[in-house]
Amino acid sequence: MAQTAVAENDTGLPLKELARRNGLSAAGALPSLPAYTRQLWAYRHFIASYANAKVSSSLGTTRLGMLWQVLTPVINAAVYYVIFGVIIGTKDGAGNFIAYLCTGVFIFGFTQSTVQAGINSITGNLGLIRALHFPRASLPISVALIEARNLIAAMVVLMTIVLFTGEPITLEWLLVVPALLLQSVFNAGLAMFAARIGSKVTDLRQLIPFIMRMWMYSSAVLYPITKFTNHVHGWKLDVLEANPLLVFIELMRHALMENVQLAGSPRRLWLEAAIWTLVVGAGGYIYFWRGEKGYGRG
Amino acid sequence: MADLEKRVPTVIADNAHVVYRIYGSVTAGSNTPVASFKRIVTGKKSGAVREVHAVKGVSFVAYRGEAIGLIGSNGSGKSTLLRAVAGLLPVEQGSIYAAGQPSLLGVNAALMNDLSGERNVTLGCLAMGMTPAEVKEQSAGIIEFSGINENGDFSSLPMRTYSSGMSARLRFSIAAAKKHDVLLIDEALATGDAKFRRRSEQRVRDLRAEAGTVFLVSHSEQSIRDTCERSIWLEKGALRADGPTEDVMKEYEAYMRK
Repeated sequence: MAQTAVAENDTGLPLKELARRNGLSAAGALPSLPAYTRQLWAYRHFIASYANAKVSSSLGTTRLGMLWQVLTPVINAAVYYVIFGVIIGTKDGAGNFIAYLCTGVFIFGFTQSTVQAGINSITGNLGLIRALHFPRASLPISVALIEARNLIAAMVVLMTIVLFTGEPITLEWLLVVPALLLQSVFNAGLAMFAARIGSKVTDLRQLIPFIMRMWMYSSAVLYPITKFTNHVHGWKLDVLEANPLLVFIELMRHALMENVQLAGSPRRLWLEAAIWTLVVGAGGYIYFWRGEKGYGRG
Repeated sequence: MADLEKRVPTVIADNAHVVYRIYGSVTAGSNTPVASFKRIVTGKKSGAVREVHAVKGVSFVAYRGEAIGLIGSNGSGKSTLLRAVAGLLPVEQGSIYAAGQPSLLGVNAALMNDLSGERNVTLGCLAMGMTPAEVKEQSAGIIEFSGINENGDFSSLPMRTYSSGMSARLRFSIAAAKKHDVLLIDEALATGDAKFRRRSEQRVRDLRAEAGTVFLVSHSEQSIRDTCERSIWLEKGALRADGPTEDVMKEYEAYMRK
């Protein structure tokens, strides 16, 4: 008697038709790309405050708190300085090796930490995703935002190091801003790629350290770019030099340092950086959006 | 059913199935490299990924102004069904239609435990899509309603210092601050002290009066009887009964006594 489950047919309509007539939308339908972008824009305050919250909750339990945003890059640079500057004393090929090395380490680290955080941005927030409704791209984007903010402190440290090692301040330093903007968009795209893949292929997280290390060695972070140009030729060199992180690192070195040997002309590097940013930024966004409705499944 | 014309459906479930996957449910004896390798070679499905078919072909229509109780034993798929209605879990087969965006309000809703109650209120409101101006306007009222400041200034302390009742109250207050077309409440009323329970039941009635539909999952038969006139009984993922609360409850109680 209580089996009035068929009561829905009291209008005599199939359920689908009933839903259509009353303007109900299917739960879990994918919004169009422009609609999704509008939603995301409406959630910009959430993204910003989520990023803030994330930083203060991770540093809130430490005694030094926000000071770590500056201390981490300082210690990072100090480690490399001790190993390469003091103990090994590498100097060959690049005039100002300490500045050369630190630029590489910091710029590479920017992308590396974004990818590492991005791959967990869905799996680590399943509770939030299953409880609340918001465009899921907010999560990887806020991850990219956090890292971009950390980078500001790191850049102050980096510029101090570069100045101390005897580089002059020139007008070219202004190029730091567009270079970092491009890299931030590139990183956000990469974070969205990583977030979706990471939520589907949970094994990937185990491989990320190796992928990132491989990427670091092929980005001329720890040794001069001449190591490539002296040993590799032809198309292999072209492939190596198209590496987006190599491009971003070279652009930063070009902006901050005099007399640094680049992999290509600055014009070519800027063009490559712009193309990479566009492809990875837009590609990552579209790829992430296509999976929007499945993230709650785990 | 003379007022049939006036009844506006807000949620329609059409033969909905929900399946979710669980990673890392490794059982004893299968967590050695050799066992993993054997599993890959023999092509057996990984024991670390399990599929749970939690809701099996449920259909119903909910109308505007209704409060519907979802009952059933533990693990019968009630919470999963709510999540699917909210669009948070995708349906595997069939479909669920809803008016506007249903909001799920559950005690499991993850807020950030290292942050203060105040900041969680801000974050939660923004996540529900409020503007910063609305958040500013409402946050004092939300904290007031939750009553967490009744025993001292708790709202500025991190949420990890709250008792489970306090944090459930805060979560309820945040979610109830917004007007929802469809509000899904998961066990929220079962927590909190008697005073808060009365207050929250009143709020649920207010939300219903504002033309919404309310779904309530609770193990407290009393709170379902008090707030819902219609009930849906799920058992093992399938719909077992749907009708006036009194009738469904009688059947359910008879079933549970067995």
